Amino acid sequence: MTRVFISRDMASVALGADAVADAFVQAGCEVVRTGSRGLFAIEPLVEVETENGRIGYGSVLPDDVAAVLDGTHAGRLGDVSALPFFARQQRFTFSRCGLVDPLRLADYAAHGGWAGLEKARALSQQAVVDAVKASGLRGRGGAGFPTGIKWQTVLDAAGSEKFIVCNADEGDSGTFADRMLMEGDPYCLIEGMTIAGHAVGAGYGYIYIRSEYPFAIKMMQAAIERSSHLIAPFTLEVRVGAGAYVCGEETALLDSIEGKRGQVRAKPPLPAIAGLFGQPTVINNVLSLAAIPFILAEGSERYADVGFGRSRGTIPVQLAGNVKNGGLFEIGFGITLGELVNEIGGGTASGRPVRAVQVGGPLGAYFPPSMFDLPFDYEAFAKAGGLIGHAGITVFDDSVHMARMARFAMEFCAVESCGKCTPCRIGSTRGVELIDRIISKDLRAIGVLEQQPQMRNAGHAAKTLDQEIGLLRDLCDTMKHGSLCALGGFTPYPVLSALDYFPEDFGGEPTLADAAE
Amino acid sequence: MESKEKVADVRELGEALDAVIARMADQRGILLPLLHALQEQFGYIDAKAVPLIAEALNLSRAEVHGVLSFYHDFRAKPAGCHVVKLCRAESCQARGGAAMEAAMADRLGVTMGDTRGDGRVTLEPVYCLGLCAIGPNALVDGRPVAKLDAAAVDRIVVEVTA
Repeated sequence: MTRVFISRDMASVALGADAVADAFVQAGCEVVRTGSRGLFAIEPLVEVETENGRIGYGSVLPDDVAAVLDGTHAGRLGDVSALPFFARQQRFTFSRCGLVDPLRLADYAAHGGWAGLEKARALSQQAVVDAVKASGLRGRGGAGFPTGIKWQTVLDAAGSEKFIVCNADEGDSGTFADRMLMEGDPYCLIEGMTIAGHAVGAGYGYIYIRSEYPFAIKMMQAAIERSSHLIAPFTLEVRVGAGAYVCGEETALLDSIEGKRGQVRAKPPLPAIAGLFGQPTVINNVLSLAAIPFILAEGSERYADVGFGRSRGTIPVQLAGNVKNGGLFEIGFGITLGELVNEIGGGTASGRPVRAVQVGGPLGAYFPPSMFDLPFDYEAFAKAGGLIGHAGITVFDDSVHMARMARFAMEFCAVESCGKCTPCRIGSTRGVELIDRIISKDLRAIGVLEQQPQMRNAGHAAKTLDQEIGLLRDLCDTMKHGSLCALGGFTPYPVLSALDYFPEDFGGEPTLADAAE
Repeated sequence: MESKEKVADVRELGEALDAVIARMADQRGILLPLLHALQEQFGYIDAKAVPLIAEALNLSRAEVHGVLSFYHDFRAKPAGCHVVKLCRAESCQARGGAAMEAAMADRLGVTMGDTRGDGRVTLEPVYCLGLCAIGPNALVDGRPVAKLDAAAVDRIVVEVTA
């Protein structure tokens, strides 16, 4: 019986993989449903097992079964891992994703699974924490805080019990690595969390997954059930979000698990000292925890050898939006933005010129192609007025209107604000109104109030465009420095970068960089 | 007749609540899983459930209402027979999502965020389904659909209004 591999990743299913899989079952094949390899331009991808390894066929339709099985299908790709998109990657975290049946424990073990946990269990708690520190791993959720330091704080903290919490509330547009890993290699996350539990002395862990990821929720629940005997006495539970973006902020997430409104907590105390239910808590992103098994199994040096500056190891970059070769690309830090967008991404899907890319989700800055020599590195991006965030890159072609994207950033913040702090709750709504006035050139006339004699410090003329833009910058400054968390604090990044690099969309003059091109 | 129905309603809610709480006996902070379970069963969270939940979990009604109204997922009234969720986030916008949103709303005869008068279909925004390289994306009664174009919108409209 011919064995074929077809992804059951939510993206593959959205592109019709289920019907293709059914057709192969009808034809008498043994169909193994895997995670996705991560290049969506070739999905639904079918790989046929042969004496010469797996042979891939791209963009397969249900009617193509016979052509695939006799090797005449036009989408024949050969060895998928030899395609340039995959050959250039350094897959440390995603090594199994797309290759194995995500729920088969035998597959996981055969591909190096549980080796990290076995090593960790033979080590002292401090030795495990030291290994994570030595790897240089920094939080992949966006903040980039050293994971080992966080674990050390929890290990040293006194508490009647401790918790491991996995932040799988991947709400940033342009990111899907957490989803792909949970759907394609759930045991990897489970192993990482179990190692964390061993390292800091925690017996219970929560995986908080957003409700928009129904496939990942089911997969993680099934994987936890099947592996519970292997991770015992450590226990895991999936918690499902309820459509609140702000719950991706760690303290809001903790409140949500506790059954409260997902409102941000003031820090200190840090969650590492007083986190979930007031106890010391490790809260890490999916990708941080999923990097742990490799670090333990292969050694800290192997991980730390890759990277750039203070950003060590690999980063699973997600190429999204209007991009030709969209998907997941895991590589060491230091690759430039331009290489990612143009060489690997292949430019836009629409074939029009790239005008802007947004890096790091709705709270990340927009960069023009003139800044494409920027290396992927936490410090380099911070210096350029942006952030790596969860490493999603959303590509826009020249039909994008950047003032409208700035407006959307404010609108999104207004919709998703938890309401606890004023700059975010009210500033975002004022920001939408202000950008609306700028876009429509419907500037404010002088008001009755401003004409009163006692208002001598108020302006006595109608507002100019420059004044309104100045006010918008002022508002961004207040939000950036006065907000309690990254939602209000980082919404100014897309707004200010749009203003700085694309002033012509706000009615201003083009920047020198653009004029020179 | 009407009052009888309401009494039955409350009893039904109470029984469902007891069953859910029993199932979650060894879990902590169960308000969110509990609300998900009730919404799964009834399609929405009836206002009459609020005092029952508050009593069962030893919370104030204000706390339960606060949580219920905070999260976008929880409905205060039933949705339409079919629910179409359309992604409005940046990556789908970059691939022409706004035009598909307008087309879908126009063809279904309902504004974004609303249920059509005949209760046939609800159109809701969603901010990212994590399918960001193959947008514009939708969830049609929980089924993911990628690369929405005019033809795909037509197919969805036929499916949910048939």
